[in-house]
Order: sequence, then structure tokens, then C-alpha cells
Amino acid sequence: MQAMIPSSYRIQKFIKETQDTFTIELKSIESKNGFTFEPGQFNMIYIYGIGEIPISISGDPNKSGILTHTTRAVGIVTKEMAKLKKGDIVGIRGPFGRPWPVREAVGNDIVIVAGGIGLAPLRPVIYHVLENREYYGRIILLYGARTPQDILFRKELEKFRSRLDIDIIVTVDRAIKGWTGNVGVVTTLIPRAPFDPINTIAMICGPEIMMRYTIIELIKRGLGKDKIYVTMERNMKCGIGFCGHCQYGTEFICKDGPVFSYKEIEHLFGKREL
Amino acid sequence: MKQISPDQLKDLIQGLQYRGYITIGPTLQNGAIVYSEILDINDLPIGITDSQKPGHYRTTQTNSNAIFNYVVGTQSIKRFLYPPIQKIFSAKFTEKKIEIQELDKPSQRYAFIGIRACELEALKIHDTIFSKSEFKNSRYTTLRHNSLFIAVNCSKAEKNCFCTSMNTGPEVKYDYDLLLTEINKNERHYFLLEVGSEKGEDIINEFDFSDADESEINEKYKVIEKTKSQIEKFLETDGVKESLLQSFESPVWDDIAKKCLACGNCTMVCPTCFCMTVEDYTDLERNSAERIQKWDSCYTLEFTYIHGGSVRVSVGSRYRQWLTHKFATWQEQFGTFGCVGCGRCITWCPVGIDVTEETTKIKKLSQLQTTSLEEL
Ligand SMILES: Cc1cc2nc3c(=O)[nH]c(=O)nc-3n(C[C@H](O)[C@H](O)[C@H](O)COP(=O)(O)OP(=O)(O)OC[C@H]3O[C@@H](n4cnc5c(N)ncnc54)[C@H](O)[C@@H]3O)c2cc1C
Ligand code: SF4
Ligand code: FES
Repeated sequence: MQAMIPSSYRIQKFIKETQDTFTIELKSIESKNGFTFEPGQFNMIYIYGIGEIPISISGDPNKSGILTHTTRAVGIVTKEMAKLKKGDIVGIRGPFGRPWPVREAVGNDIVIVAGGIGLAPLRPVIYHVLENREYYGRIILLYGARTPQDILFRKELEKFRSRLDIDIIVTVDRAIKGWTGNVGVVTTLIPRAPFDPINTIAMICGPEIMMRYTIIELIKRGLGKDKIYVTMERNMKCGIGFCGHCQYGTEFICKDGPVFSYKEIEHLFGKREL
Repeated sequence: MKQISPDQLKDLIQGLQYRGYITIGPTLQNGAIVYSEILDINDLPIGITDSQKPGHYRTTQTNSNAIFNYVVGTQSIKRFLYPPIQKIFSAKFTEKKIEIQELDKPSQRYAFIGIRACELEALKIHDTIFSKSEFKNSRYTTLRHNSLFIAVNCSKAEKNCFCTSMNTGPEVKYDYDLLLTEINKNERHYFLLEVGSEKGEDIINEFDFSDADESEINEKYKVIEKTKSQIEKFLETDGVKESLLQSFESPVWDDIAKKCLACGNCTMVCPTCFCMTVEDYTDLERNSAERIQKWDSCYTLEFTYIHGGSVRVSVGSRYRQWLTHKFATWQEQFGTFGCVGCGRCITWCPVGIDVTEETTKIKKLSQLQTTSLEEL
């Protein structure tokens, strides 16, 4: 089963992003063909002898020479990953899953709402829309982090912001000394966000509870359920529809998702223990 | 249609072995019917019959010389085509790369003897999952493709059979290579033999079996009618999917959770359940590693573990996953029910929970649009 066999990638660069989050840039050892993917797709990353986990691709979809992943160290595999350094080798299977609707969104305003590590799976969308800027209306990123120190990709966000053709609004749950920006959950940014609800596609990634309140606020602003996209997370052992672990009602998150329109999963969303 | 004697069946089995098939058939092991390699017709459960009820399974030896006078054994042939434990690869770590050693393509050719209509239907369901999706399970596909299926029409039914409700049996109608119907009447013991594929035809051509006459052929339909008449369990499948999809929040789940032990037996004996988990092992020096896949069950707490805790914590939510998958979401995913009506989950449930009863209850509740169990 070819899709179950990892291939080797070497770490070109290890970037510590925050206290608990890091980015690895990888290059294939076995193949000279670049790694092509669409924004929102994920890979299964194999840490030799430890285990394998699903991680979204966080890099630029137009640069196929380098494969980028941003991971938060939370448990057995991710903490082991955090110890990796330049030159180390990991196994990769993928890309898997259905991407964010960047094609369907052509001609629309785009609202990206991210919470915490949820910014990583959305960064390829930002790269894509900025590189194809003329095809989209307004682009708005609403991003919530726990504290100012937890803001991911901070330098890059500042650079994007200086382009003046993207609105980036950041908020933190808890301020610390010296923070003069917004304080509060990311959903509080939605009522004032400058987009045209008739002509907007929203893409949300964050904890389920954050996505739930974001959806409520977006619907209040007049967005259709088919215009709101979320990405779901479940245990995954295969990524290709065989292990059954990622089932979410009728859906296999690994192959039918992880990106879904809210309309598709409204009948499942928020149901307890599904 | 041909008719063959037990001795000729013995020859047939031998012929398969000469052709390089590993012959798998029902055997009696620790008091239960288990599919296993057979070398000779005497390895088959001659004179054994079974009784099955919710949470109950017994076999008994009778004086009869019938070979297939039981319904379904503990497990289907799933374990041969999709083994419970299977290496995915072994790996060595070098400075240059992770060297992956894949398994060789499976070369064994199985001839399955004695499989039932419901088991063939389960096989078809696995074909859909493993061979017809975007990704393919090439081991399954190879093994299955190289196998030979010699089915048997059931000559009796037990209390947990409900294949007639699921439209999967008891008569074997298609997808077999060869088909046997055992006739044991008026001191005469023989088998009617039908050919269902070129592969089957090819095997039979080697033998000089005589044609069955009209009265013998009639016996086949008598057997099937008799078996059908013994089936007591019934599930009205119309509307089941819709009811289940509306019942994620039904009180029934908590009610079942009072009985359900979340042991996962039902998923382990189910001929269609396909879930697996992946485990990694290394030697102490981490010089070599192995990845194994193992059957898994949605009844375990770990099944839905994500960082911070499992999604399906309550037993009710796990039972809901199983039942809803079998009778509702499976249809959306693969176009059929995930149940073939073999009744194994009822037989092997230690507390005798009956899927047909629970499903019917949920359907009634949802149609009454009530959430009160007392109103039922
Ligand atoms: C499609 C998808 C994309 C993801 N993208 C990212 C990303 O870009 N960055 C990031 O930091 N995290 C991402 N995650 C979450 C990440 O997979 C988990 O944080 C990770 O599996 C935790 O593994 P662990 O061994 O460190 O944790 P432990 O808590 O020790 O977990 C043990 C095992 O449980 C399973 N598991 C635990 N948590 C999860 C989880 N959330 N999802 C799936 N399986 C889990 C894994 O098999 C894991 O090895 C993504 C998850 C999914 C499903
Ligand atoms: S989710 Fe449960 S019921 Fe469905 S196939 Fe897997 S083990 Fe069987
Ligand atoms: S991750 Fe295995 S089925 Fe989706």
C-alpha cells in the first residue's frame, strides 16, 4: 500500500516560533520532484520509532521545493519532534485531504479567522491569495493568540501588514506589559471586521468551541452557511480512509475533510461526543 | 447443476490442494466453529450443529453425518484477507535516510470452503472499502483476487439470523466460484454443486461429476425454503437510516450504556468492521523499527483520543457510533448497510444486546418524535 509507506525528508531549517511551537522546513531525500500540495492539506509525519501524526502543511503552495510544517509540542510525538534539528530525518506520507476553497473564493472577500496553532494550516491560504492578489476582494485575517508571546509568525504578519492590501487584526486572551493591541477572544473582532457579507468566504481554524462562536458571529453578520469553512480534527491513523478513527458522523475527516463548509456538517457540528 | 457424494467432495478438496490452494474451511475448535486450514474432509465439523441466542453459543455433536449443519461460526473469513495483525513495514534508521522495507506481495492462494450468503455479502462490502475507494488496500485486493470461494447454502437458521431482513441470504445467489447445497435425506447424503465463475468451471472440468436430475435440483429449493422459514428475527430497514441520523441525541444511547460493557466483541466478530490502529515498535537501541496494523474497535476509549482527551468518552456515545455506522452512516459512505444480518454481534455480546431490537426502538422513538422511553 504505497500511501501507507513514508518517504524520507531532511530538515533544512528548524525555527523556534514560540515557547511551544516550531516550524520545520524539509527537503525530500528520495525525490527531486518538489512537493506539491493545496492549502489546507496535511501530511502524516513519522518520527522514527516513536509514532506518526497528522500535521497540516504551513508553507507556500507555490514553492514546491520546500515542505513546511508548524507544530505545537503537546504530547509524545510532538515533543519528540521539538527536539529535532537541522540535518535530522523524518518520514512523510501525503499530501492528504480536501483543501481550503481558494478557487471557489475567487472574486470574493476573504475572512480568515484563526485561533492559536490554527494559523498554521491557514498560512498557505494567505500566501496563495497574496500571490494571486488581483483575483480576490478584501482580505482580512483575524487572529487570536493566548498571550503576545504566543503570536505565531509575528515578523511575517508584520511584513504582510505593510503591504496595505490585507487587513490583519490580532487579539490576545491575556495581555502582558507593553501590549497595546486588542485583548479578548477572536470572535469579538468579527462584528467590526471590514468585509462585505454578501460576497465573502470565511475560513476558520481553531479549537472547536472557538469555531462554534465564530460561526455564530459570522452568521449574524449575514454570511451564508455555505460560505463558511472550518477544519475539523480527530484522531487519525492512516489519512486515507482505512483506519476509521477520524469518522465524524457520515464523514471521514481525512478524505472528505479536514476542510468542510459549515453547511455540509451543520447536522453534526457541536453534537456531543460525535 | 451437478451432484456429488461426500467422497467426491473429498476429491475436490484434494484437487484444490494440488492446484496450490490453501484450503480453509469450518473446523471445530474449543467448542466453536472456526475457519481454519483443513487438510481433509474429516477436518470439517461432521455431525456438529450449533445453537445461538442473544449472548449464547453452543455446539453439539449429533449422529448425523451432515457437514454444514451449523449457521455461522465465531468469525467470518475476514481474518484471512484482512489479518487482525499485520506488519506494514520494517524500517532501519541510517544517516542517509529511513530505509523502509515493504512486505512482499502476498503469494498465498486461499480456497474458502463453506462460506455463507451473508459472508459473501460482507466480502462485497470490503471490496467496496478496500478496492474501490481512491486509495487501495493492495494486500487485500491481491489476496481476494487470488482466492476461490466455495459457498454453501445454509441448511438451517438460528435465533440470531436476520439475513432475510438485510436482503443478504440465506440463498447464495452470486459472487461465488462454486456453490454447494447439502442434502441429507432418506439415508442419502450428497451435495448439489453449481458453478458461478470461470475459475470454478476450470476446477470442475477436471472431474467427472454427474449432472443432478430434476428431483435432486428441487431439493435445493426445499432446503432454502426450510431455512428461510426458520428465520425469526426481523428488522424493518425502511427508514432506519433517517431515524438514526435524527437520533444523535436520543436517550436510548444512555439507556443501552447501562447494559453495554464496551468490550468491543461485536466489532471483533463483525464480518464488515474494518477499523484498525497503527503501532510502532523499535528494538532497544532504536536500530530497527516496525509498524504494525491491528484491528481496532470504536468501543475503546483510545479510538478517539486527541490531545487533551477522547472525543467519545461515554459508553453510550461509543454504542451510538457502532450502531449508527452499521445502519446509517455506512450507507452515506459506501452505499450499503454495514450489516449483513449474520447475528454474530448478538450471539457474542456477553450481555446479549440485540441490534435489531435497539434499532427498532430508536426508529419508533424517532417516528413518535418523543424522547421518552416509557412511551414505547
Ligand atoms: C488534519 C490535522 C491537521 C493537524 N495539523 C496540525 C498542525 O498543523 N500543527 C499542530 O501542531 N497540530 C496539528 N494537528 C494536531 C496534531 O496532530 C496533534 O497535536 C498530535 O497528533 C499530538 O500528538 P502527540 O503524540 O504529541 O500527543 P499525545 O497527546 O501524546 O497523543 C498520542 C497520540 O494520539 C493521537 N493524537 C493526539 N492528539 C491528536 C490530534 N489532535 N489529532 C489527531 N491525533 C491525535 C496521535 O496518534 C498521537 O501520537 C493536526 C491534526 C489533524 C487531525
Ligand atoms: S467505526 Fe466501529 S462499527 Fe464502524 S467499522 Fe469501525 S469498529 Fe466497526
Ligand atoms: S485517518 Fe484513517 S480513516 Fe481517516
